[in-house]
Amino acid sequence: MDLASLLPLIWAAVIGIAVAFYVILDGFDLGVGILFPFARDDAERGRMLGTIAPFWDGNETWLVLGGGGLLVAFPRAYAIIMPAFYLPIMAMLLALVFRGITFEFRGMAQRKPFWNFAFAAGSTIAGFCQGLILGGLVQGVKIENGAFAGSAFDWATPFGVVCGLGVVAGYALLGATWLMMKTDGDMARRAGDKARLLLVAVLVFMAAVSIFTPLEFPRIAHRWFSLPNLYYLLPVPILTALVALAEWYWIAARREVAPFLATIALFLLGYLGLAISIYPYIVPPDLTIRAAAASPSSQTFMLIGTLVLLPFILGYTALTYWLFRGKVGATTAYH
Amino acid sequence: MELDPVLLARIQFAFTISFHIIFPSFTIGLAAYLATLEVLWGWTGAERYKRLAAFWTKIFAVSFAMGVVSGLVLSYQIGTNWSRLSTVAGNVIGPLMGYEVLMAFFLEATFLSIMLFGGERVPRWLHVFSAVAVAFGTALSAFWILSANSWMQTPAGYAMEGGIAFPRDWWVIVFNPSFPYRLAHMLNAAFLTGGFVALAIGARYLLADRHVEESLTMLRMAISLTAVLAPLQLFIGDIHAENTLKYQPTKIAAMEAHWDGSKPADFEIFAWPDAKTESNLFSISIPHVASLLVTREWDGLFPGLKDVPPRDRPPLPNVFFGFRIMVGLGLYMIAAALFGAWLLWRGRLFETRWYLTVVANTWWVGFVAVISGWVVSESGRQPWLIHGVLRTADAVSPVPAGSVLTTLVLFVFVYLFVFSFGAYFINRLINRGIEEAALPTKTPQLASGHP
Repeated sequence: MDLASLLPLIWAAVIGIAVAFYVILDGFDLGVGILFPFARDDAERGRMLGTIAPFWDGNETWLVLGGGGLLVAFPRAYAIIMPAFYLPIMAMLLALVFRGITFEFRGMAQRKPFWNFAFAAGSTIAGFCQGLILGGLVQGVKIENGAFAGSAFDWATPFGVVCGLGVVAGYALLGATWLMMKTDGDMARRAGDKARLLLVAVLVFMAAVSIFTPLEFPRIAHRWFSLPNLYYLLPVPILTALVALAEWYWIAARREVAPFLATIALFLLGYLGLAISIYPYIVPPDLTIRAAAASPSSQTFMLIGTLVLLPFILGYTALTYWLFRGKVGATTAYH
Repeated sequence: MELDPVLLARIQFAFTISFHIIFPSFTIGLAAYLATLEVLWGWTGAERYKRLAAFWTKIFAVSFAMGVVSGLVLSYQIGTNWSRLSTVAGNVIGPLMGYEVLMAFFLEATFLSIMLFGGERVPRWLHVFSAVAVAFGTALSAFWILSANSWMQTPAGYAMEGGIAFPRDWWVIVFNPSFPYRLAHMLNAAFLTGGFVALAIGARYLLADRHVEESLTMLRMAISLTAVLAPLQLFIGDIHAENTLKYQPTKIAAMEAHWDGSKPADFEIFAWPDAKTESNLFSISIPHVASLLVTREWDGLFPGLKDVPPRDRPPLPNVFFGFRIMVGLGLYMIAAALFGAWLLWRGRLFETRWYLTVVANTWWVGFVAVISGWVVSESGRQPWLIHGVLRTADAVSPVPAGSVLTTLVLFVFVYLFVFSFGAYFINRLINRGIEEAALPTKTPQLASGHP
């Protein structure tokens, strides 16, 4: 295979990785927002915000990279996905406006309850809409002559709602285990209690999606259950089960870091599972990665930039996580 | 009533992008100002620089957050509203925007965190470096997004195959004909916008006899900057127009409301350019001056609106009045900056209270000039989305008008709400004033808001 024919696959991997970064990084800070209503008091909410304030902007930039990357590398997919999911995308963006602005506004506002609500609702709606979009994408998008040809509410299905709730639960689990890691004492303990419930919920949603999709879509059943695929792919569900079991134990043991890492592993495995179900399509059931690809010149031009710049981005992202490491204590939270 | 999806998509995009541009046009200049203050602080150790930097950083943080959230919306709206644009030109403009994300957005987001929350955790040099990195990031962001915008105005370095643009020469694409002018014009506008805000706030404090030492520093810096940049902007604008005349002559014709290209053009001080009668109503004009300005000759000829069929003409009032508002405010900025410089030189700035009162109340001139300028540029390129390649009407997404209208209403409500609160909070920060504490030891908890 020459470079030109490899390029679309390389780019699919790059965007896949960018989206994975987004889901995990913004996932935990959206998750903290989803858990906002369940905090004991405003002091605790301030502490929750404090754990994510230095990171949220960088985290959200991965969403711009995911969308931008799609435009760069797969403009035809971008041109279909954006109109197809117009309403959930717009709702997600408006929700993100509200929650993003809360970081600056809540502290200055006299009326905290409103901004608490804005933050919680914004985070939850954003996560739910992302799930709706994911569900809609797995189900497939109607395309005619290279353009979206469905209707405005094609994404509004029970499966989409299940995916939406699943993503909300997943983000909340990331948020809860993040709080186990970044806080201490009673607050960390209660985060652990929530994490346990959320882990169960996430596993139920993962199971539901794993059972429903092969039953509903023959292409997905064929991907997973035909031989020899089954042998190669069997490690994915087995590993998922093992990680879930370990996480259950680690949460019960009130380990500080392990539950968060296990949640990340759980997300990556679920993500891998979806990628296996969807491949080689970028917009199922018709548009493949190869057919959606931008011109080789565009993909090469951007790939060079990505290879040069991504190490820097990862470097200074790591720098901030290192600078702001450690627990956000109750004593420093308020005065 | 039949809703026109193209018009709705345009109104929605015009609204969200006009709202967004307010923040970058402020934060680009402010970031550079903050970097300068931090460097001066690192260099001289003078505490007043640090206090000023700490004060402006808070205002910067609020403005930047509003810029981030409204910018995120735009990065998706290009697809939700204009999906045909990505099909036709994604190969070319996609990478330009991709570079913006990779080079600028991550840099800004990361180092802004260090600026805001670094406090005592980071050494002084890293603090100064972060401010410079954020300023550099905002300028890089402007570089790439203006390159993409300019390519749509003056496309170059590509070839059309099967109705899709394919890149041929990336250097020519990035540095397309109108890009250097647009970039210089916009960056300079951003510096002027920030300069006039700093001028206003310095004057406001001085009039109230608050923070005198810091205000004097602020005023000196702002006047020195704007006294150079405001006249320079007139020059840049002029050569930018010369470039536009070459590549988008209809835009110039609309700016001057010039109909008949076979005759020299009068300069319309006021008029209502009327598309139906193809003439200017209520016109007050100076003969030949538009010809003189545009072509540098008294009898110079340049293409008029009638040189192209009506369907190729831009919406006239937007372009015509936008241009006049921009130029008027630009002339005000030149006058205010030069007069301020003269007062400063004569040592009379601080007692000329009427001058301070005027500039204290014209903090908004840069913002309005920037928005008017963009209205000229963006309305003026209509009916084309990509000049000569793709019409706006052909680029619209296959989305029902009802969806667009619903979200448009939501955007208006949400943005006005967010904007009102943002303006209210920024005003409160200004009223609260510059804190005596030397260091912004903003812990993450503080950022979440408890001073």
